[in-house]
Amino acid sequence: MPETPFAVEMKDIVIRFPGVLANDHVNLTLKHGEIHALLGENGAGKSTLMNVLAGLYKQTSGSIKIFGEPVNFNSPKDAIAKGIGMVHQHFMLVPTQTVTENILLGLDEPRFFMNLAEYDQKILALQDQFGLRVDPTAKIWQLSVGEQQRVEILKTLYRGANILIMDEPTAVLAPQEIDELMNTMRSMVDQGKSIIFISHKLHEVTAVADRVTVLRKGKVTAEGHSMEGLTKRDLARLMVGRGVIFAVEKKPQEQGAVVLSVEDVEAENDKGVPALRKLSLAVHAGEILGIAAIAGNGQSELAEVITGLRPCTGSIKINGKEVANKPPIEAIKQGMAHVPEDRTGVGSAPNMTITENTIMKCYREDPIGNGWSIDFTTARQRARKLKDEYDILAPGVRTLARKLSGGNLQKVILAREISAQPQLMIAVQPTRGLDVGAIESIQTLLLAQREAGTAVLLISEEMEELLALSDRIAVISDGRIMGIVNADEADINEIGLMMTGTAVPSKSAEAAG
Amino acid sequence: MNLPFTITFEKRVADIPKWLPAATSIGSVIVAFIVSGVILKMIGGEPLRVAKFFYEATFGSWATFSDTIVKATPLIMVGLACAVAFKMKLWNIGAEGQFYIGAFAASLVVLIPMVSPDSPKVVVIGLMIIMGMLGGAIWGFFPGYLKARFQVNEIITTLMLNYIAVLWNNFWIFDRWSDAGFQMTPAFEKSAWLPRVTDYAREYGTFIDGGGGLANFMTSIGLERISGMTLHLGVAFGLVAAVVMWWIFDRSRWGYEIKLIGDNPKAARYAGLNITRNIVLVMMVSGALAGLAGMSEITGVVHRLQERISPGYGFTGIIVAWLAKLNPFAVIIVAILFGALIVAGREIQPSGLSQLLQGIILFMVISSDVLLRYKVRLVRAQAAVEAA
Repeated sequence: MPETPFAVEMKDIVIRFPGVLANDHVNLTLKHGEIHALLGENGAGKSTLMNVLAGLYKQTSGSIKIFGEPVNFNSPKDAIAKGIGMVHQHFMLVPTQTVTENILLGLDEPRFFMNLAEYDQKILALQDQFGLRVDPTAKIWQLSVGEQQRVEILKTLYRGANILIMDEPTAVLAPQEIDELMNTMRSMVDQGKSIIFISHKLHEVTAVADRVTVLRKGKVTAEGHSMEGLTKRDLARLMVGRGVIFAVEKKPQEQGAVVLSVEDVEAENDKGVPALRKLSLAVHAGEILGIAAIAGNGQSELAEVITGLRPCTGSIKINGKEVANKPPIEAIKQGMAHVPEDRTGVGSAPNMTITENTIMKCYREDPIGNGWSIDFTTARQRARKLKDEYDILAPGVRTLARKLSGGNLQKVILAREISAQPQLMIAVQPTRGLDVGAIESIQTLLLAQREAGTAVLLISEEMEELLALSDRIAVISDGRIMGIVNADEADINEIGLMMTGTAVPSKSAEAAG
Repeated sequence: MNLPFTITFEKRVADIPKWLPAATSIGSVIVAFIVSGVILKMIGGEPLRVAKFFYEATFGSWATFSDTIVKATPLIMVGLACAVAFKMKLWNIGAEGQFYIGAFAASLVVLIPMVSPDSPKVVVIGLMIIMGMLGGAIWGFFPGYLKARFQVNEIITTLMLNYIAVLWNNFWIFDRWSDAGFQMTPAFEKSAWLPRVTDYAREYGTFIDGGGGLANFMTSIGLERISGMTLHLGVAFGLVAAVVMWWIFDRSRWGYEIKLIGDNPKAARYAGLNITRNIVLVMMVSGALAGLAGMSEITGVVHRLQERISPGYGFTGIIVAWLAKLNPFAVIIVAILFGALIVAGREIQPSGLSQLLQGIILFMVISSDVLLRYKVRLVRAQAAVEAA
């Protein structure tokens, strides 16, 4: 039997950007009907390689074959014509239009008269085929992030994609959404699609992939290796070139005085539905209080009311000073630092430089602020120092924030927030979407804050992270605290129960106290 | 299509060199002139002769250059007014109205009168500057406040306020202060005139009369005759304003706040900035600059409040700010270019030629932005096949 050609065969791909060799003679083969994981740290060249396959960039040298046929893409259109569809990490959807309208956008059919009902049916049929449930008549802004991602996948499927590139699809998803996505991926390969799955979450790769290609600093360290017999530890070594300690070291430490106290706080979410119900908690100096909750149970709103970005009722005190319903500047003045959930949308200014992004909180005061003016020379020196200290990978401090990878942007934000020497830090999903190396360094930074006596409120959806970093874990469900447990004695099953809204009697008593 | 090569656009990944934005702007102006020349040729004109005439009518001599600068003066201030608002992504297209109200408020000093006409020039002019800027600022305050407090779209409000401003002016000059039934007020007293070069000549004679080194120098650069030159002090207002705006944009805390709010309002709120206050403030500063332009125009050029003091300066200012990429010094250069187009437009037939050129320049500069975001490469067809 003649060998069936690979779905994708990328050979000796070199991609050179000014001053950077992003991909150095990279080979990648995708078999028909497999899930192929592409693993690597931030900046290893994964997305760059896939952007070439999707026709967004052009390789400096090297060749690409699709089902045995040599191709040369000049635009994403060429790639789509060959059945390649990319599901980007950042969605490209029109919020005010419906699911069907978004899927049809840019296509030649329908031409003039839009019989949307007819297309709704077509899309429903497609949904049935792959198990991707989302109401075709819903407007995008009404959908959760997970649902929006399903729309993106449907978009590529509707365009007849056989080869799907998924760029860190799980980075934005809640745990149960990740399970659903993995089921969808399996059902897609069962029906003859081939998938390249970019990720740096090792357990997901081991759970879903058939084979794996690992990139490190632009070079392949494992080429199309079968997943059989590979452990997470092996993958981590291939990825970062050394063994990774999965548990960061947390020293025992005395708690200090209460820094943040939240009492009977109630707030609504963006859609006007109650998100926090009579919620109370306290965070002490030198302590990390973790918040465990399933996405959408009020934890984002909690961070927003404390930081002054959302109105609420009740009382929020930082060092005894009331900050509830005050503009954000009041909390900042009380020594609050905030690592926001949305790095690009809230935490940074995309078209401003690294320097300008690092002075966002301190430009008012000495030594950066100088009366009415800003001392940009000092600001640049400071930014350079932070860049070295926090190991931010960028050509220089003049580089625009939007050109940074997720991990490096997060380091810029952390550098800014930590260098303010906060007394209270609100960290929301600080490691979401980052690679192993970056996660480790950010977790170490948070622990260093704890040792320095900062009160840290850590909101995370990674249970391992909460257990590793927190002193105590508060479990929230539907805007209420279900219980507060010591991380050392925590029972994951019990936390899981509380996250789903089941009260555990012995613990909820403690919450009331 | 079977071209021997294909044109490819590649997204720029690296930082763009610092000089590139300026180079593409200048390049697009040159291309615009060439395109206009081709159009002129097609309709049977003589592009080279027109170009020569254009040059002579605008930069050919000190006298014509002076005319060009006089037209550029209000454009500098209005261009800056638009630039400061656009920096924060506030689309103030009401500079025209703010210009008129600035002129009106400044005239109040003379027409009420707020000070005796015999007061020293410094007092009268100083007060007129304050009133002009205040008038423009008030006209900017309304849309700014509505935007900040009630999220009312500033494009609509500023646009509509233009008409109100013009009609408000008309009411006073037709009805209340009409000079013998004409749609203009009586001429201002000399104390309310901005100093002009020609007045200087009348009072002190030309540089030549004094003799000596200065006279020789002036003669050598062809400036022996300065009488009749209408250049007035308003241009100094424009230059000072440009320096101040540059300092604000590039060096000040407030400029940083404007830029941050413009780039990402959510991040600005997160960083503790007061966005509502800044919206009102920026609209008022924008209005004040446009008002200053109005004040400079009536005290430096027409010396009375009258109808049609602006041939659309407020709108041309939008183009000026945009072409200058919101850089205050570039605003000066672009304003001079557009001043020249206005001067030449009066001299050249058909007079629409200037507007044609303006339009093509704007089109070219805006499209040249593609070059900042993409690298354009010619790939030979042969090479493309090999690469595949």
